[in-house]
Amino acid sequence: MDFRFDLIMDYLPFFLRGTLYTIGISLLGILFGTILGLLIGLGKMMKNKILAFPFLLYISFFRGTPFIVQIFIIHFGVVPAIIGTTNGIAAGIIGLSLNAAAYIAEIFRAGIQSIDRGQMEAARSLGMNHVQAMRYIILPQAFKRMIPPLGNEFIVLLKESAITALVAVPEIMYWGRAFQGQYYRVWEPYLTAALIYFILTLTLSYLLSRLEKRLATE
Amino acid sequence: MIKVEKLKKSFGANEVLKDINASIKQQEVVVVIGPSGSGKSTFLRCLNLLESITGGHVFIEGIDITAKTTDINKIRAEVGMVFQQFNLFPHKTVLDNIMLSPIKVKKIDHGKAKEKALELLRKVGLEEKADAFPDSLSGGQKQRVAIARALAMEPKIMLFDEPTSALDPEMVGEVLEVMKQLAKEGMTMVVVTHEMGFAREVGDRVLFMDGGYIVEENVPHELFDNPQHERTKAFLSKVL
Repeated sequence: MDFRFDLIMDYLPFFLRGTLYTIGISLLGILFGTILGLLIGLGKMMKNKILAFPFLLYISFFRGTPFIVQIFIIHFGVVPAIIGTTNGIAAGIIGLSLNAAAYIAEIFRAGIQSIDRGQMEAARSLGMNHVQAMRYIILPQAFKRMIPPLGNEFIVLLKESAITALVAVPEIMYWGRAFQGQYYRVWEPYLTAALIYFILTLTLSYLLSRLEKRLATE
Repeated sequence: MIKVEKLKKSFGANEVLKDINASIKQQEVVVVIGPSGSGKSTFLRCLNLLESITGGHVFIEGIDITAKTTDINKIRAEVGMVFQQFNLFPHKTVLDNIMLSPIKVKKIDHGKAKEKALELLRKVGLEEKADAFPDSLSGGQKQRVAIARALAMEPKIMLFDEPTSALDPEMVGEVLEVMKQLAKEGMTMVVVTHEMGFAREVGDRVLFMDGGYIVEENVPHELFDNPQHERTKAFLSKVL
């Protein structure tokens, strides 16, 4: 079997630009997904069941349907309804953020609820109000415990971002498919794409484990 | 200083406190004893509303703490509590554990709060542990830090919820010693404990609880040496 490195070299600039897109939409997905996830997690923990219900519904929907379905709905339905035209990059970022938010909300809730009840009681018995107790006592401890599952979620998000190729986001997989279409080659484009994703996820998990270690020794 | 009227507390269908009436005077040390499940910890936790109250009233210095208009955070700042499980904040040093609430709740400036915290640590004999994290302390040390943390808010009342029950036997003494000292200084204290020796020696009054009621109350030597109620006698015969 001849393996055409020359074709890969040909496509390398596209793959590199695609990598920047993958990193960009993933980082934005992580950023918005985390912010949104925190809010949704807090919403789901509200004592009032009626107020908490929409958040529960949100989490159930995004965890209970395939990402590719979600992103098609956003790309062909939601984004055109708002800005009048389709926009793959916007749909990709929105889709990744909304999807990740559902998982991050659950990570956040689990992190907070894993903190011993006595911590809240001690804080409240010292006169702190609920917000102060959360801010100074519960959240700093919960955050440390949330880092490993959050890291997993970030890696999942990075890999899921490949699906945005289907709504024409010019990221790694988009160029892989273009490569296959142009040269009728299979191994070269997809092994290259796999290698790039692998390097990205390895780098991300390395960074996360360093963060974890640093926080553990604090 | 504390007045409890017809206090009731239920967890679902389980009525833990049935009809509690008590009053605690300034500088008084009241020890609450009773079998497990008698409601003594719940009673204590109702005094600073860590448990919501199902019925009745609790007055702290004349203020009905169950009233909707009462700022419970303000009341809690004046009622210190020490827990069985210490509940120190593991992500903060001993010093920060003690200083946090004075700074955030009472808005005392950092320097003054530190001075006060160090003074309290000296008082409980742990000045050299100021920069340690709670994980590195023994149980007895943790509980002494917890007492210092509660005292940093300069409370008028201290509640102790089985403060020595989670300690190894050889560490019980050091915690009781700090509590004794506190009682001598005139702190108003409500102590739920199984330490009958402490109740007898330090308590001004002992309440015996069983089945959600205060069954009997008296000065320690009367209650221990001459219990009136059958259930008190049965309980004391097991623990003394």
